[in-house]
Amino acid sequence: MTEVQLPELSRLRWRCRRGMLELDLLLNTFLDAEYTSFDIQQSELFETLLDYPDQVLFDLLMDKMQASDIDIAKLVDSIRKANTKISREKANVTER
Amino acid sequence: MKRRQFDTLIIGAGGGGLRAALQLSNADTSVAVVSKVFPTRSHTVAAQGGMNAALSNVTQDNWHWHMFDTVKGSDYLGDQDAIEYMCRAAPKAVYELEHFGVPFSRLDNGSIYQRPFGGQSQNFGGDQAARTCAAADRTGHAILHSLYQQNIHAKTHFFDEYFAVDLLKDEEGHVLGALVFNIHDGEIIVIEAKTTLLATGGAGQLFRTTTNALINTGDGLGMALRAGIPLQDMEFFQFHPTGIAGRGMLITEGARGEGGYLVNGDGERLMERYAPKAKDLASRDVVSRAIATEVRDGRGCGPNKDHVMLKLDHLGEAVIQKRLPGIRQTCITFLGIDPAETPIPVFPTAHYTMGGIPTNRYGQVVVPVKDTPEEPVFGLYAAGECACVSVHGANRLGGNSLLDILVFGRAAANHIIEHLAENRYHLTMDENSIDKAMENLQRWDQKGKTDGESVSQLRDELKAVMEEHCSVFRNEDVLKQGVEKVEQLARRLKDARIDDQSSVFNTAKVEALELDNLMCCALATIHSAYARTESRGAHSRMDYTERDDKHWMRHSLYSLESGLDYKPVRTKPMSVDSFPPKPRVY
Ligand SMILES: Cc1cc2nc3c(=O)[nH]c(=O)nc-3n(C[C@H](O)[C@H](O)[C@H](O)COP(=O)(O)OP(=O)(O)OC[C@H]3O[C@@H](n4cnc5c(N)ncnc54)[C@H](O)[C@@H]3O)c2cc1C
Repeated sequence: MTEVQLPELSRLRWRCRRGMLELDLLLNTFLDAEYTSFDIQQSELFETLLDYPDQVLFDLLMDKMQASDIDIAKLVDSIRKANTKISREKANVTER
Repeated sequence: MKRRQFDTLIIGAGGGGLRAALQLSNADTSVAVVSKVFPTRSHTVAAQGGMNAALSNVTQDNWHWHMFDTVKGSDYLGDQDAIEYMCRAAPKAVYELEHFGVPFSRLDNGSIYQRPFGGQSQNFGGDQAARTCAAADRTGHAILHSLYQQNIHAKTHFFDEYFAVDLLKDEEGHVLGALVFNIHDGEIIVIEAKTTLLATGGAGQLFRTTTNALINTGDGLGMALRAGIPLQDMEFFQFHPTGIAGRGMLITEGARGEGGYLVNGDGERLMERYAPKAKDLASRDVVSRAIATEVRDGRGCGPNKDHVMLKLDHLGEAVIQKRLPGIRQTCITFLGIDPAETPIPVFPTAHYTMGGIPTNRYGQVVVPVKDTPEEPVFGLYAAGECACVSVHGANRLGGNSLLDILVFGRAAANHIIEHLAENRYHLTMDENSIDKAMENLQRWDQKGKTDGESVSQLRDELKAVMEEHCSVFRNEDVLKQGVEKVEQLARRLKDARIDDQSSVFNTAKVEALELDNLMCCALATIHSAYARTESRGAHSRMDYTERDDKHWMRHSLYSLESGLDYKPVRTKPMSVDSFPPKPRVY
């Protein structure tokens, strides 16, 4: 499944609405940048991550805690990287 | 249309809503809690600092000192009966939470640890007190999870991921529930209830730069305003001076405490001009206004000159890594810059909604009727950040709002239990009120004019207008233009459209309804701010720099039908002498 249906994306988008601004930004930026290229496994993994409590997600994504599950750790890393990359691009665009 | 009946409908599953729900479920009443996000994702989870209570575990303390600090902090706009009630109830609220399973941090002797926060004093303005109880840096999370578990246990009925649209009434204006819909599949339900409690949280999303999560769109405030209930003291919005520009999250005062300083677009250390002595460590409002003034006067940084820079790079990488690791991480993640090398773009960020739905200390929503300034609305209650009880007055003290939501969530529930004992039957709904709510919902189902503006564009514009005209830099001109611009945006919103007409997870529709609510909050905020010609607490006017107790020691009330009205501050506490207004110096 490479073509992700629209309702699926909007369902995930709602699940990316969290109690903390940092999580809203991190998760939504990642969703916008990467989600269309997801395969089924990645999509399931992302949903697993979304089941984590906010505070745990925050600690993982802000690098205060390491996930013991290797796949989750990788996903966390790619969410962080996607955000840093996009932040850098934005910074460069606006600074020039 | 599906209908469900409960004794009580609670809209909102943050700390305020869940505390009330628990009290009610334990009293064997039937309770429905509606939340647009899964309950433990409510914004209460973000509160990391802690909650105030005079326990005297670390320093000498008592509730009367806590009361003094809160009255003073409120710049004498807080209602002193409600403040006394809250401060007296605080220790009990903490012990209750402990009992529910919140793992408060401990001292070596086993008692609850307490940290000092700004504005806390012993002996009515004397030495620093340590009054804030915390569960490490996850107090809000611990409170929310414990309360949720307790509610599951008590069999509270949850409607998770349901969106409340509008309050429903009978012909006499008694509130009898709400119209809600399921975000999953769009199904609409009328929830009939003998009592309804609004606990929908704050409205930080009104401003472009905010610390608040996306869910904080002031929905309960919008619902109240549309139901004919005025909003109180909306001009008082707390800002933190240094949020990351354009993104909102906090860079704590600690960064300036370690030697960081602010520079403007000309590379000048700007605080030297505004506070020659305290410089970058001047009080929050002074720093906020200084930043906003620089930007207004064209001395901002960046291509749009819309922020200033916080410089830390001179401190060296080792110091930054050791003392400010969290800030470094935040900057790398959200800005792609390392503050050890590059300055951080900052701007004042909106943090807390002091105003809200007017209530008394029993949580009853109160409105002026003829000569009575505070007549309860039958069946309607509010608690938490959406309510204005008013314990924070013109300015909230750190650690007092978790306390507020728990104390008044519980108080509202206790009053509801009494109300239910006297009012045992459901009243008859006015079908017109359902039709009206349906209209507000279905207006977004219409295909709309293809040339209508998009919701996201209007929302961005509203947030920018509010930031430019109603954040920390306020004067006659700026506010007057702001009133005109917001009024115009409100008119344009009537013709806006959304493209997504599906019923499954239609987040576009949710966002449109949220914008309706934000627009209500914006109107109330900017009108109230324009009218208040004094500076008090968080409302500070460049053209009226002094507090004016003679004319303005009163609460603002803004309604859609009749604009502004005012009511007196309750200066008489429950049992002690009142604290008369004094200059607020720290
Ligand atoms: C970053 C940050 C840190 C903070 N730290 C502290 C601190 O250390 N100490 C302190 O005392 N205070 C702190 N505060 C303030 C405090 O967290 C909030 O004031 C408080 O948590 C608000 O709780 P609440 O129960 O009123 O609302 P919330 O927790 O915001 O909950 C609102 C609920 O309403 C629901 N809802 C809203 N609209 C609708 C709708 N239309 N339909 C259905 N459901 C709806 C939501 O789903 C949610 O469940 C902090 C605030 C921020 C932003």
